[in-house]
Amino acid sequence: MPSFVNPEKCDGCKALDKTACQYICPNDLMVLNKDIMKAYNQEPEMCWECYNCVKICPTQAVEVRGYADFVPMGAAVTPMRSTDSIMWTVKFRSGQIKRFKFPIRTTAEGQAKPDGDFGEGGGDIKDCTTLFTEPASLNMDAVWTKK
Amino acid sequence: MENMETVEVTTDLLILGGGMSASGATVEAAHWAKKNNLKVTVVDKAAMERSGAVAMGLSAINQYLGLGAGDNTVEDYINYVKQDLMGVARDDLVASIARHVDSSVHLFEKWGLPIWKDSDGKYVHEGRWQIMINGESYKAIVAEAGKNALAELGDNGELYERVFVVEPLMDGDRISGAVGFSVRENKFYVFKAKAVMALMGGAVHVFRPRSTGEGLGRAWYPPWNSGSSLYFTLKAGAEQTCQEVRFIPVRFKDGYGPVGAWFLLFKSRATNAMGGEYMVERKDELEKWKPYGTVKPIPANLRNWLGMMDVMEGLGPIYMRTEEAIQKIADQEPDEKAFKKRMKELESEAWEDFLDMTISQALLWAATDVQPEEKSSEIAAAEPYFIGSHSGASGAWVSGPEDLAPKDYFWGYEHMSTVKGLFCAGDASGASSHKFSSGSHAEGRIAAKSAIRFILDNNDQPNVDGAEVEKWKEKLYAPIKLFEDTKDQSSDPDINPNFIKPKQFMFRLQKIMDEYAAGVNAQFTTNKPCLDRALELINWLKEDSEKLAAEDLHELMRCWENVQRMWQAEAHVRTILFREETRWPGYYRRADFPEMKDDWKVFANCKYDAGKDEWEMIKRDIIELT
Repeated sequence: MPSFVNPEKCDGCKALDKTACQYICPNDLMVLNKDIMKAYNQEPEMCWECYNCVKICPTQAVEVRGYADFVPMGAAVTPMRSTDSIMWTVKFRSGQIKRFKFPIRTTAEGQAKPDGDFGEGGGDIKDCTTLFTEPASLNMDAVWTKK
Repeated sequence: MENMETVEVTTDLLILGGGMSASGATVEAAHWAKKNNLKVTVVDKAAMERSGAVAMGLSAINQYLGLGAGDNTVEDYINYVKQDLMGVARDDLVASIARHVDSSVHLFEKWGLPIWKDSDGKYVHEGRWQIMINGESYKAIVAEAGKNALAELGDNGELYERVFVVEPLMDGDRISGAVGFSVRENKFYVFKAKAVMALMGGAVHVFRPRSTGEGLGRAWYPPWNSGSSLYFTLKAGAEQTCQEVRFIPVRFKDGYGPVGAWFLLFKSRATNAMGGEYMVERKDELEKWKPYGTVKPIPANLRNWLGMMDVMEGLGPIYMRTEEAIQKIADQEPDEKAFKKRMKELESEAWEDFLDMTISQALLWAATDVQPEEKSSEIAAAEPYFIGSHSGASGAWVSGPEDLAPKDYFWGYEHMSTVKGLFCAGDASGASSHKFSSGSHAEGRIAAKSAIRFILDNNDQPNVDGAEVEKWKEKLYAPIKLFEDTKDQSSDPDINPNFIKPKQFMFRLQKIMDEYAAGVNAQFTTNKPCLDRALELINWLKEDSEKLAAEDLHELMRCWENVQRMWQAEAHVRTILFREETRWPGYYRRADFPEMKDDWKVFANCKYDAGKDEWEMIKRDIIELT
C-alpha cells in the first residue's frame, strides 16, 4: 500500500487550502476525497515510501504498510519529526521495539541565509572561476585553476 | 481544450526542476540577477521542499574534497572519476565541479545541515571523498536557502510548483522558453525566457524493476525522475553524451538500502552463499579490464561484474557480512563496557543510514527480524538507471569553463549545452560522473552564473512562435481529449481499442528494455539483433504514444512522463548499438563484442533533429586536462 491514511485521524486538513500530504508528496500521489474529507494515496504502486506525507501530517494520520509483494507483514517504522530532531520507532515482526533519535538541523526553520555569512564574494559576472560566496566559502584564498 | 486557461510568464532566466542542481542554481542566479536587475523563474513539478532525488534525505555527502585543508587535490578527483568510468570522463567538467563542491558543502553546514564531526572538529569521513551527515532534512534545508534567495528578488523572483514542463520552445538555434501544464489546475503554462536551465533529473522505470507489484515504486532512484531532462534537451537539439552509460547500483536487496556505510565505514565484506569472496576469488578477471581493473579503487561496474559472475554460476545469494563487520569493530574496544557502548553506537549508525535515506529498507529489516549485528543481509544488482551523477554518466554534452576546457570542449559559456541559451547540470549533464548531491548543487551554481552572463551578453527576448505554442497546447492535452472522445466505447475505463493508458504503456516499454536491451532478466547482456528488435518495438510504441489517454491531470502527467522514458530508451539503445565493444561489463555486456577495445576509448554521442526526425551518432575524442 505504501502510505495509507487512518480515517479516524485524518481531518482533511480542513483549515488549509490543500492537505499537507498533497502539498508535499514528490510524486503527486496524495489526494483528498472531498465527499468524506479524507486523504488517500491514489497510486500506491508508484510510492517510493519517502515518508514525507507521514512526517508532515499534522494529525499523524498517515502511516506506511510495507509493500505487500515482498515485505512480510507485522512491522512498522514510525517517525515523529520536530523542528530539530526526529524520533523513530521501529517495530519488528517479532514485536520487539527499537527507538532512535537523530538531529535534523542546527538552525531555526526558515533561517537558511543564502550567503551562509561568507559574504558575497564571487568576483564579477565575467569571472567564470569564482561563484557567489567564493573563495571565502571554500576556506581558500582563491578558486583552483589549471596551472 | 477550451477550458484550459493559458498562463504566459515572461522572464529572464527560467530554471526547470527543483532538486539539488536547481536549488544550487536558484541561490546563485538570485545573487547575480539582483545585481543586474534580472528576473528568475523556477518551475518544479513537485514541492521544492521535498522534490528530486534527495527528497527522502541522505545519510552521507559523497563528494567532498577538503581542498582548503589540503586533504586532496582536484587532480586526485579527476583520476578517481576517470578510473571508475573506465577512462570515459570529461576532465574539464569533473574539475569544474570538484573545485567548487566544497563551498556548497560548507554552505549546507551554515544553512543548518548537521555534519558529523570528530573530536578535533573535522568532518567524519565514510570514505576518502564521503562525509557522514544527519541528513533527514538535507533537501528541505538546501531548498529553503534557494527559496530565501528567490524571495530577496521581490517581484523578480518567482516559484511555480506542481507545474510539469514538457517541451522546449525554440527561436532558430536558440532556446526561447518552454511549455507545460499544471498537474492540479486547468492551466497551460507558456514560459518565455532569455536562457533556460534544464535541471530535471535522470530517468527511472525505463527498465523493468525487480519488484513489479505493489513494490513497483521502490526503485533505488525515485520513480518521479522520468527522463524529463533528456527529453527536453534532446528535443531542443542538444547533443547528448554517454547515453550508453547506465548505472546499476548494488544495494541491499529489495529495499535498495545504501551499502556505502557498510563497505566504507564499517569495512564489511561481501560473500556468496558458499562463503566465497568474489573480490578475492575472481581477481584474475580484473586483468582483462586493464588498466582500470588493476588499479584501486576498482571501478563500481567491475565490482558489480564479479558479483554477477557468482550469481550466474549459481553461487547466490550474495551477502553483506554485517555481523562480521560490526563484531570486528566492536572487538577493538578495550573492555566489556566500552564494547557494549560501541555496539550500541554502531547499531544506531547502521539504522540511521537507512532511516535517513531509504526508510523502506529499515521497514524490510524490521519485517524480517534482521539484527545486522547477528545476521548477514542479501545484496543484489538493481535494474539500470539513467543519471549523470554517481557512476552513471548520461546527459547533455556541455561546454567546459574557459580556463579549463580544451578548445573542442569550449563554446562560450560553461555548462551550456550545444543549444544556445540551454544550460544543464546534475543528472542532466553528462560525462562528469561522481558529482552526487553536493556536486550537483555546485554544478547548478556554476551553470547559473554562466547563464546570467549569457543573458547579459544576449539581452533580447527571443521570439516565441504563437502557432507552435498552440500546437503544443493541443498536443499536451490530447490524451485527455482522446479519453473523453472514446471512453463510451467500452464499459472499462482502461480497456478500449482506441487508446492505451500510461501504466500499460510504461510496462510495454519496460518489457522491451528488460528483454532486449540488457535488463535484469537478460542478465545485463545484449547483442545487435536484440537491439535492432528493441528499436523495431520502440518504433511501434512511439507510433502508439499518439494514442495515450488520460482521465485526469495526474494521469496526463504520467502520459508525458512515459513519453520521456521512451525517448530515453531510444537514446540508450541507439548508443549501445553504436558502441561496438564492452567497456562496463557490470552495467551491460555486448555478447557480440565482449571485449574492451582501444579504438572505442571515445565518447559516444548522439543528437536528434526534430525537424527531419533523424538521429545522428557521433564519436568525440577524450582530451586529457594535463
